[in-house]
Amino acid sequence: MVKVEFLGPIQKEALELEIADLNELAAILQKDEEVNEWLESCAVAVNDTLVASLECPLKDGDKISLLPPVCGG
Amino acid sequence: MLSLYNGSLDVPKLLKEWYEAEAQSNYGAYIPFVGTVRSEDGIDGLSFDIYEPILNSWFEAWQTKAKERGAVIKMAHSRGDVMLHESSYIAAVFSPKRRVALEFIDAFVEDFKASAPIWKYDLIDGKRVYAKKRSTAIKGSGILGAKS
Repeated sequence: MVKVEFLGPIQKEALELEIADLNELAAILQKDEEVNEWLESCAVAVNDTLVASLECPLKDGDKISLLPPVCGG
Repeated sequence: MLSLYNGSLDVPKLLKEWYEAEAQSNYGAYIPFVGTVRSEDGIDGLSFDIYEPILNSWFEAWQTKAKERGAVIKMAHSRGDVMLHESSYIAAVFSPKRRVALEFIDAFVEDFKASAPIWKYDLIDGKRVYAKKRSTAIKGSGILGAKS
């Protein structure tokens, strides 16, 4: 089981999913009407490290975060 | 040093604290940047969400780069609401000579805007409205989107 959390302005409760990699997450979220409009502009972190590719194996207990566009200051 | 505060920043206090902390450190330059909430588009203020784990690692990477040049970075940012003419962000660089601090404050603040995991909302009539148009997608965004 991995936890998926949606940060900042994405109004969505965290998910707990049985998935083995980020390709599976992409397939699930692309079908999710609450979140699919954010996907093109979101960065993805696994265990608080940003990742550049979907070829990222996941293990039980991993935390995935979706980071929408930022504007500090 | 990275410090986060609920609400607006006490600018004179922070600038003084940072100055005094490094007064005997033999830095020749102290260059602060103070960000102030401006009145525009009818807003009452701004509000901020921060994701601290990634902000901390982003900041530590910059601090390491600064250290390699003999410099040190300090930063303070607000969480939650900050009203007009108050400050939500201060960054400062201390370095032995001015050129390093001038270059670092420019590069650091630009990368902060593009990469730091902080989300900004306009406060309008008591509501928080995500400042989508002013926001920047973090480098590498979009991998979960539909493949074209």
